[in-house]
Formats: sequence, C-alpha cells, structure tokens
Amino acid sequence: MNREGRPTAPQGGALSAHQTFTGARALQVEEPLIFETGRLDVTGVDVAEPAKVTSRLGAFERKGSMGLPGLSEPEAMRHYVRLSQKNYSIDAGLYPLGSCTMKHNPRFNEAMARLPGFSDVHPLQPPSTVQGALALIDELSHWLLELTGMQAVAMSPKAGAHGEMCGMMAIRAALEARGEAQSRTVVIVPESAHGTNPATAALIGFSVRAVPARDDGTVSAEAVKAALGPDVAAIMLTNPNTCGLFEPEVVEIAAAVHDAGAYFYCDGANFNAIVGKVRPGDLGVDAMHINLHKTFSTPHGGGGPGSGPVVLSQRLAPFAPVPFLQKNDDGALAFVEHENDAGEAQPFGRLCVFHGQMGMFVRAFAYMLSHGSDGLREASEDAVLNANYVRVGLADLMSQPFGDKPCMHEALFDDEWLKGTGVTTLDFAKAMIDEGYHPMTIYFPLVVHGAMLIEPTESESRAALDLFIATMRDLAMAAKAGHVGRFTQAPHHAPRNRLDETRAARAPVLRWTKPAPATRAQAAE
Amino acid sequence: MRYHPLTASDRTDMLARVGVSDIDALFAGVPQDKLLRGPVALPKGKSEMDAGRVLMRLAARNMTASSAPFFLGAGAYKHHVPASVDHLIQRSEFLTSYTPYQPEISQGTLQYLFEFQTQVAALTGMEVANASMYDGSTATAEAVLMAHRITRRRKAVLSGGLHPHYADVVRTHSHMAGDTVDALAPDVAAREDIISRIDGETSCVVVQSPDVFGNLRDLSPIAEACHKNGALLIAVFTEVVSLGLVTPPGEMGADIVVGEGQSIGNALNFGGPYVGLFATRQKYLRQMPGRLCGETVDAQGRRGFVLTLSTREQHIRREKATSNICTNSGLCALAFSIHMTLLGETGLRRLAQVNHANAALLADRLALVPNVTVLNETFFNEFTIRVKGDGADIVERLAKRGILGGVPVSRLSPGAGLDDLILIASTEINTDDDREALAQALDALINGAA
Amino acid sequence: MTQTFYTKDHEYIRVDGAIGAVGITDYAQKALGDVVFVELPAAGAAFARGDQAAVVESVKAASEVFAPVSGEIEAVNSVLEKEPGLVNEAPEDRGWFFRMAIQDAGELAGLMDDAAYKAYLATLE
Repeated sequence: MNREGRPTAPQGGALSAHQTFTGARALQVEEPLIFETGRLDVTGVDVAEPAKVTSRLGAFERKGSMGLPGLSEPEAMRHYVRLSQKNYSIDAGLYPLGSCTMKHNPRFNEAMARLPGFSDVHPLQPPSTVQGALALIDELSHWLLELTGMQAVAMSPKAGAHGEMCGMMAIRAALEARGEAQSRTVVIVPESAHGTNPATAALIGFSVRAVPARDDGTVSAEAVKAALGPDVAAIMLTNPNTCGLFEPEVVEIAAAVHDAGAYFYCDGANFNAIVGKVRPGDLGVDAMHINLHKTFSTPHGGGGPGSGPVVLSQRLAPFAPVPFLQKNDDGALAFVEHENDAGEAQPFGRLCVFHGQMGMFVRAFAYMLSHGSDGLREASEDAVLNANYVRVGLADLMSQPFGDKPCMHEALFDDEWLKGTGVTTLDFAKAMIDEGYHPMTIYFPLVVHGAMLIEPTESESRAALDLFIATMRDLAMAAKAGHVGRFTQAPHHAPRNRLDETRAARAPVLRWTKPAPATRAQAAE
Repeated sequence: MRYHPLTASDRTDMLARVGVSDIDALFAGVPQDKLLRGPVALPKGKSEMDAGRVLMRLAARNMTASSAPFFLGAGAYKHHVPASVDHLIQRSEFLTSYTPYQPEISQGTLQYLFEFQTQVAALTGMEVANASMYDGSTATAEAVLMAHRITRRRKAVLSGGLHPHYADVVRTHSHMAGDTVDALAPDVAAREDIISRIDGETSCVVVQSPDVFGNLRDLSPIAEACHKNGALLIAVFTEVVSLGLVTPPGEMGADIVVGEGQSIGNALNFGGPYVGLFATRQKYLRQMPGRLCGETVDAQGRRGFVLTLSTREQHIRREKATSNICTNSGLCALAFSIHMTLLGETGLRRLAQVNHANAALLADRLALVPNVTVLNETFFNEFTIRVKGDGADIVERLAKRGILGGVPVSRLSPGAGLDDLILIASTEINTDDDREALAQALDALINGAA
Repeated sequence: MTQTFYTKDHEYIRVDGAIGAVGITDYAQKALGDVVFVELPAAGAAFARGDQAAVVESVKAASEVFAPVSGEIEAVNSVLEKEPGLVNEAPEDRGWFFRMAIQDAGELAGLMDDAAYKAYLATLE
C-alpha cells in the first residue's frame, strides 16, 4: 500500500487573470456540459420512421424521459473540438511519461485498422468468411514470438493488466495440473513493482511477498533466493525495471525461481527498451505481457483501448486461454473456442467474450511491418540513446537515486536536489506544463523519493531533446535560485489552474444532476 | 526508418555526449551472452505503400458486414455510426493523449468522461457509473467480484440466459479466486426458476435482459428475492440500444448494471476494442472497480474535472485494490458518448424503435418459412429460431450464398443439445430486400425450395 | 487522568481507565495529506494487537490502522464519515477513530510514551 501522500488542494489564494466576458482566452473557449446546452427534443442523427408493427416488448416498454439531451451535428462538432483543445497530446509535443512509452502514433496504422475488411467484420462470422483476419492474427503472433523467443501467445487480453491476469492464471493452472495449487500460494513482487502486479496476484488468490530493491535500484538474486520456498508460485519481475534499469541478475533469478519449482512472470511494460536486442525467452521468462499500446504504438486514446497479448514458455503454453488459433487439416485457420475442443491443451478458461482487440492487432502489425526487424531494433536503440542523452543533459543539476550510470529507455531522478528549495516534484511538474510540456511520470516508482521518471522515446529528434533539456535546466536553476512562485502556483497558463482533488474525493460528484429549481426568494433577487 | 528522427550523425554525436563509444555500451547491464548481435529472423521494414499492400490483401479476404445481408448479434451488433464520430475521435488531442493524470491539461478527456458517466447512469437508470471497462464480459466478471466484496459472500448464481461466453469469463475469474459459481442450464424460453437457487451463501444473481436468446426478462421479482436474502442483483445487457425502448434495470431493482456499449459509436472490429459499461448505486461507490471522473474547482474557483477516489485502484492499494484495471476503453467511451450526444434520447428512442420494428418484420417473415420456428414471445432486436437441420451448417451455407445469416447457438453452447437453434439479430441497417433474401435462402436450404 | 501511548506505525492510544481512544498521530496525518475517507470498524468487533482495524485514505495514499493493543471496539467516531478532514485538523483530539475496551493493560508496556515517540520521530528525519 502507498502510505505517502502529498498536497492535493491548491495552496495559496486565487490568481489574477485578465477577465473576459465569456471566460474564454482566445483559442481556449469555455465549454459547458452537454446537459447544459442540449435539449431533450433535439437529435443530430436522422433515423427513418419505424415501420408499424405489433410490439414484442411485453410489459417492458420504457416510460418517461431518460434525461439524455441531444445536440445537432454542428453543435456536437463544436463541443468536442473545443474539448479536444483542452488536452495535451503526443502529436502536439514531447510526452515524457515514464513507463508509458508515448511514441509517435502513425496514421497509416489508423487507416489500416479502418479497412472494412478488418473493422466491419463480426467476431462470430463463419471462419470461412474471415480467413484474412485470422491470418493477420496468426502473423502478428509469429512476430511476437520471434521478438520474444517464446513458444506460445495468448492474444485475447485487452490491456497490460489483463495480460498480467492471463499470465498469472496460466501459472495457477499449471500448478493445479501439478497438484501444487494449494501449497504454492505466494507470489514474490519487488517493492519497486507497478501497482498492477500485487493487485493481479491478489485477484487470483495469491498472497504477496515483497522483496526490497538493492541500493543500486535492481533486485538481487540473493534476495530472491531468500524469499523462495516450497510455498512460492511465481515471481513477478519487471525487466527492464521501473527504475529504468536492466536487471543484471535476471538470468540467475530465473534459474533460482525454476529450481524452486516456481514460474517467472515478467511485466513487459518496458519492452520498448529491448525489442530486437534481447529476447525475454532467452532470459528464462515463463510469461510476459506485451502492451501493444506502448511498445507497438497503438494509440493510448486518453486511457485505452489497449491490448496485452501474453507470450508463454513451453511449460505454460498448454494452459493458454480460449479462444486460440489453430490451423485445420485443410490449411484453414479457425479459433478453438471451447475447452472441450482443445485436444491435448488444458486452457485455463476464457478472459473475454470474443478473441481480443483486433483493432489494436491491425495497428500493431502495421507498425511492425513498417519497421521490420531492422527498424524495431533501431527503435529500441534510439529510445535508449534518447533517454541517456536527456539523463546526461540533466545529471549535473538533478539527482539520480542510483548514481550516474547509463539507463535503459527512461531516466530516473529523485527530489534530493530540490531539498530546501520549497519546490516539490509536483510543483516542478506543474511548471513544466507552463513551458509547453507534459510532465514526466512523478512519484513512481514508490521506492524513490519524489521520483521523476522521464521516457522520451525514439520519436524525438535531437533538436526536440535539446530544447527539452534546456527547458528543464532553466526550471531547475530557477528552483534552486528560489523562484518559488513559478512553481507552487503553476500551471499559470493551462486551461485550468491546479484542481482541488481533496474536494473531489471528500464529496464526490460523479455525474451531472439537474440543478434544483430556484426558490421564489432566490428568483426575486 | 520514416518514424525515427535521429540521423546517423545525430547518433554519433549523441553517443559521444553520453560518453560511450557505441550503442551497445548502453546495454552493458544486459548479460552479454544474451544480447542479440544481429537482427531477429523477421522481414526488413517496408514503405507505407508496401506495408499497405500486405494489409489490404489480408483485409480483402474477409467478408464484410456491409457487403451482405447481415443478421449477426450475440454480443456485437452492426449499427450505423455517423461519420462525425470517427472524425472526432481521431483528433490528435483525443487519440494520442494518455490517461488524464495531469488534469490541468486533460480537461477535454476528463469532461467527456464526466459526460459519459452521466449518460451511462441515465441510460441504465442507476446513480453512478464508472469511466468504462474493457468490454461487457469483463465488466460482468468485475461486477461479481464487487458483489462478493459488498456481501462478504462468495457464490454467484448465473442465469441460463446469460451469454455463455460471459458466463465462461465469470467462471474463470471465480475459479481462480476460489469462489463458487452456480450456473443454470441454457434457458431458451426464459422459464428458469432462478429465485429458488438463492440461499444464504449467495452474493449475487446475474441476469441478462434481453437475454442471449433475445427474451426480455422481468428483473423485479428477482431483485426482491435477492434483497430479501442479502444478495445483489447484477443486470447484464449486450445490446445497449435496447435501453432506448426497454425499462432500464435500475427501475427494476438492480444493484449493479453492466453491459456492452459497442453498439453505440463503435464498429464491429472483429471482436474488439469494445467498451464495457458499469453502473451501480451510490452506496456501493467505494467498492466499484475502474476509474472515476469527478467534478471539482481549480484555484480560481472555476469548474474542472479530475480522476478521483483513486485509493480504490491498484497504484495506491496494490494488493488491496478493488481491481487491477489500469488502461480501460477511453477512446471507445468517447465514441459512445459522441454518438449518444448526437442521438439524444429522441434519436435513441427512434433508433430503438426502428431496430425493434425491423426485428419484428423479420420474425414475421421467417415465421412463414416452413420448418422455421420463431421461439420468442418477447424480444428487442434479436430472437431465436429453430430450424430443421443443423444451425451451424445452415449458417455456413448461407454465407456461401452471400448472406451472413446469424449465430448458431452451438457456436456458443456446443454439446447443449441446441444445435438446431440460430440467433438472428436485425438492426436499422436491414432492408426489406435483406429480410426477403434471408427468408428465401433459409427456405431453399431447409426445404429445398427454388 | 489519561495517558497516551504510540506505535511505530504512528497510531496513538489515549488511555482512560480500561478504555483507549485510537487514532493516527499528527505526523501520520501530515504524511498522508488531506484525508478524504476513513473506513471504521464495526462496534463490538474484537481485534488482537496488530490486527488491521481501520483504513485511512487521502487522495494519493492509503494506510491501514492497526489495533495498538487487543480489545473490543466500544465506539467509533462516526463524525469522520461526513468530516474526514477532522483527521487533519485535530488528529489527536476530535479526529480519533475508535475507542476500544483494553483487554490486557500489560500490552501498553510494549508501546512508546510521549517522550519515546518524539525521540522515534527524530530518527525518521
């Protein structure tokens, strides 16, 4: 559990701003909620008159207003365009969110995903009518297996956390098959792990045994060995880890885990650092999810949809969930959709209603075809080079928790260097907003005080990195020089100043409700 | 590589600045015998044109819903989505932003999530809704876990009208967590006695309406029985357009309402991405999984929105979180919300009426085909027919005749003795010609008519 | 005559006869930030020393509150359900969480007194 908080309500008084009649600031236009501008009798979609038929709804016809107003098409366009103008995006600027891999999202991928042959196909059509779609999934699976050096892949998980669940369920099923599900109930998770790891383990009924990181930010085989025992089902290890470092003893850890009869789950969130450079299968990994929406550039879409295929070792392959692809004797592809049809395999069950995020598969495959084996390798190398370039550019001003040494695809700083300045990591991040940047990941990993995790990705040019470094240096020097106001009141220039999260959480307002009608006394005022 | 801005000389200069001689020096932390020295065994990169050729060739090998009279449903439905929806969700600021962790520069995402939550709550007749789940089936599994937390019981009773794949997802999660599932047999005619299955161990009863066979179900007596026994009623839907015409589960006493939102704003996409909808009562708010957007004010007192109540989530509670969900279906939720805003309740009701009318016309027409029986007394836009012969075989042969004619029940519930049943859905996309084509083709295949 | 004892997890128990009022210390509330929610135990529930008895949440953090000694919950401070901010404003006064009937007064000897807790805090900086 995270026991450490930080200020969540704006400090200090109201800020002055040039007032306008509308509240707008030129291109930034205040936009009301659709419930305040829409009308119940307006629709922006022309639908034909329904034919006259005898109702088959029985006693279940909805009565009364739903309270859902509509907008005409021009009004709707304006509403959503104005909303969009209040968002930062990777298309508009550098987005260095560590562990999130905000790389360029090619529009070619979008165009391909919208080909009717992929987007206008129903998941339960007869297999003979979807051979091209199945072939794409088969090809993508092949690429994922080649890049990871693994033996099987489960394609249905819908995001990274869902993939973790898939991998851990496969591990549990394998233990059941060995008759050890009752005795092996512990999952080892380093303290530096992403919160989804312990959450996933707990959902599947495992208890969590934490192992601390060493002073150098990595996990020691020694510590893992000490935590291993006959009660251990698996270890969940992120590699490269959440501190942006490759785990140097990962091979030894894998061997120790296997010797103890347990499995090695690798969190693949940071796969972008090593695609085409190292294959997780060569390191002894038994299961790893791949965030197609990170490493393979399917867009984040403001929080999804993602896609989290899980690659599996030989030992776990039989336990992959349904549906999975199979080539029939006539060469045609079809899904095995039910456990009873799985033959030798022992699928652990089903993770979602259909077979995964086809729209994301097309985008990721378009990305892979475009890059090829050479381009994928280059992407990882550039991502690592860019991160180190930023790290070196800031190392004399900002403090690195684990010393001055190369990182993988993300550079980690702590807040030691801000001590005594009156500026916190949060303040510093908010000041970056005023400079036109999305802040890096802050306060994660939890094991580093006031963490700042910077992942520039391979999509940034040298000039863009130089300007980013110069900006960060200017901010860092301002913080050290005591220009506290630039930080503690920041952001000054965003569509909103700091928001009162305390108020939002103490008295949650999670939906619009019609304001109570004014009383006669109020109306008279 | 067209997506990589660094040039060879940039790389040389930057490596020098970092203080290493070559790129592999930055991979020094990797066990050196594991570092790949050459490219993996995959093809080299392709130009946009060449990559496009490969993908278009694959796409061309699929029969699209628009190219044929189309009647598939069973959890995914073909509807017309206005062109403006896809245009808007492709705006850079929606498409290429992350989860709104920095609210000051994410008000666009946050405001539409707030609007989305309000729309979902209103549609389902509930008090609060979250910012989306992966799809209807994972939302259902999460709802069951939530009911277990609230009631501190661990047995779920699943209706035989629940989509069999949804039931499988719930069963998988429950098995892993050591919980119990009491799943009733497929219930084609909506005659099951689910109330008698509720006991002191039951945390929740899961009922779908319209159910997988298309029947509308009366949730009120089940809700009453649940509440009398300290259990919760989880109501499920797979066709959200039905809520434009059918009494919402919230008005029939449901405690948690979950379902698939794909029909509004989202394409078929061969199974995903879709958008799971999740709504509940205010009093269960803190046990609800997933992200929530809430209203607040900024330092100047202006209205704004933030992600809130995140202490329920994995990044703070870790092993004590309500769910491990992180990324959800943000952009699909946006597509849903835009389409819903365009419709408004006036458009939604009209759309639902057209769906219902088209399905009714189709049912009437198919009932005229010898050896085809429509089984439903009630339905919204999907119903079940019994045919003489094997449903899967008939659907396959319909496809050969250029008709995507429905979902054989054996595809969802093999071995249940329901091989002669086909689920048939009809939405606003179907024309008189479509209906006639299906009826005549069925007649020909089943009765050998010309 | 009351006497207050402290745990290493920054809970306090203010003992008045056989009853102790439990909450979190000023140090703990500062570390958590603005408290937005407190999950209280049920009256009548019995806890052994070290059991999780409550949860306190701020916007960005959550912390378990452990029973400092064994005993039964006699009353809870239900005002916190509506006004969780009291934990920040007056943690060791109106922001108490629950009162428990102390089962074994001997367990108090294992806790820190005021001076010992202050010394402990000094080691944390």
